[in-house]
Amino acid sequence: MGPPVFVAFLNGYTPLWADQAIGRLGAILPYPIRRMDLCFDLRPYYAPERRQHHATLLLAALLRHLPEPRGKIVGVTSEDLFIPVLTFVFGQSQLDGPAAIVSTYRLHNEFYGLPADEGLLRTRTVKEVLHELGHAFGLVHCRDQLCVMRPSTYVEEVDLKDAAFCAACHAVIAARSS
Amino acid sequence: MNQRKILIVDDELSVRKSLEEWFREDGFQVETAEDGEAALKKLAAGPFDIMVIDLKMPGMDGITLQKRVREIDRDATIVILTAYASVETAVEALKQGAFDYLTKPVDPDDLSHVVRNALRQKELAEENLRLKEKVSELSLPTPIIAESPKMHHVLDLLRTVAETDSTVVIRGESGTGKELIARAIHAQSRRRYFPIVAVNCGSIPETLLESELFGHEKGAFTGAQYRRKGKIELAHGGTLFLDEIGDISPKMQIDLLRVLETKRFTRLGGDQEVTSDFRLVCATNKDLEKLVEEKAFREDLYYRINVFTIQLPPLRERAGDILPLARHFVQKYARAMAKPAMEFSPEAEALMLAYRWPGNVRELENAVERAMVIGKGPAIRPADLPLAVDGPASNPKDLSLEALEKQHIERVLAQHGGNVTRSAQVLGIDRATLYHKIKRYGIRR
Repeated sequence: MGPPVFVAFLNGYTPLWADQAIGRLGAILPYPIRRMDLCFDLRPYYAPERRQHHATLLLAALLRHLPEPRGKIVGVTSEDLFIPVLTFVFGQSQLDGPAAIVSTYRLHNEFYGLPADEGLLRTRTVKEVLHELGHAFGLVHCRDQLCVMRPSTYVEEVDLKDAAFCAACHAVIAARSS
Repeated sequence: MNQRKILIVDDELSVRKSLEEWFREDGFQVETAEDGEAALKKLAAGPFDIMVIDLKMPGMDGITLQKRVREIDRDATIVILTAYASVETAVEALKQGAFDYLTKPVDPDDLSHVVRNALRQKELAEENLRLKEKVSELSLPTPIIAESPKMHHVLDLLRTVAETDSTVVIRGESGTGKELIARAIHAQSRRRYFPIVAVNCGSIPETLLESELFGHEKGAFTGAQYRRKGKIELAHGGTLFLDEIGDISPKMQIDLLRVLETKRFTRLGGDQEVTSDFRLVCATNKDLEKLVEEKAFREDLYYRINVFTIQLPPLRERAGDILPLARHFVQKYARAMAKPAMEFSPEAEALMLAYRWPGNVRELENAVERAMVIGKGPAIRPADLPLAVDGPASNPKDLSLEALEKQHIERVLAQHGGNVTRSAQVLGIDRATLYHKIKRYGIRR
């Protein structure tokens, strides 16, 4: 097993399925998965004109809370995220770096005017956490239709892919753990 | 697959950083530049698959940068980014050849689509180029064997004229390879991706030639059951090769002159004008000037076609090509007959060099093919070659020993490109003797 991966639920966002998601991630990734509940001031990263949080700046702040230098941290927030040139992002990570962040804001069915579905939200969140962690482990986007590393720019694309890495991407993740 | 390269040009650091991260996650090799000058420096080091350029930048703006980029790499794929959405700037960017135009902040899905489409278009363009090259390779004409100085001169002329769109007249005796040269001109011209359409004017009766060249409408004449495009129409975009142009009738000369002047004509039985953009290459073994003098060939047509002339030497005047051509034909027929390539015996080589080849290269090819069929041994012998000993070479008008010696020395010199030392070795005499004989017989090297 490699160094731990910390999944940090930010600023009181504690969905009922948080532990189930941790368990699912642990079954897929060959790394110890640790849950964290992390609170810090998000206001400096808020852009009022966009009513969104700046993902890149938030990522830098998150990095300061990494408990173990060799480990990786992925933040999970219910806030909407952006990077300056794009209207929004589902998440962001440092390619081959220690930190990543995922927003559930646009993973909710309610965002699209549909009835709430917590099971679907959990699955989508697990997929996006895996996707961003994949980047943090050095993976780039994958052409495999079902691989979790396939890029998704809208939520239906998140639903189309599996909550798992294809064999080639999994091999990279596994090699990094040894 | 090679990693695709992208250049992001934007004066805002946060935009450069976020796009850099976005494209790196997508597997791109990313470079960034903060202004136009820095972008041009990066471009000078090598091309990019895609360039994402911000429209409003201090100093050089995106439209100007796009123009400068086009001067360096006219195939560059450029996506324009701007915070100021306006139809005018979008139209201007697209007019300058931008692939697409995105307004900041960009929807991730739009960015993803634009980049994917730009890459797909680039890949298709690259594939198109590769296929064109492949087609070009496959459509290469039979190689021209040219080791003699006279044929080198012909090839120089060919290369000069091929790139132009001028009409070419290829002149030479029958069998000297006029069609081969015509096809080589087409293959090296900018029209090579379009067809070369050949018509032998001498072998088709006048009534049929008219329909062959201009095509016909349904019912134009008995038996015209369908509309048929003529050779001139089929040559649109490419080259029309009219062989034996000196043999066409006076009426056809008038019709042809009209087409050459206007590039327009009507099909037989039709009244609708058809336009065809073709380059004309023609060939003849006739003395066109004499035909003009005798009023058998229209003077105006003569001047219309006689823009650039390539004169093909008869085979007897390019003796240095005889053996290389013979070996080329051996290889060709060995492949066609699935037989091992045969050699020529020294006696067979001597016979071929001595022969006058009135039928030129065509006769040589036929002789080699026949020898390959009937030859039994590993080498082709004189008996395998259908060259009559009492043929043209051994039946000169002047039967004196001196005349034969002069002729033989001329052939050997031509065969060795005028090299006296090598020719003297072959002739079995020393150089001084050969020089003496060259001077005595007035032989020009």
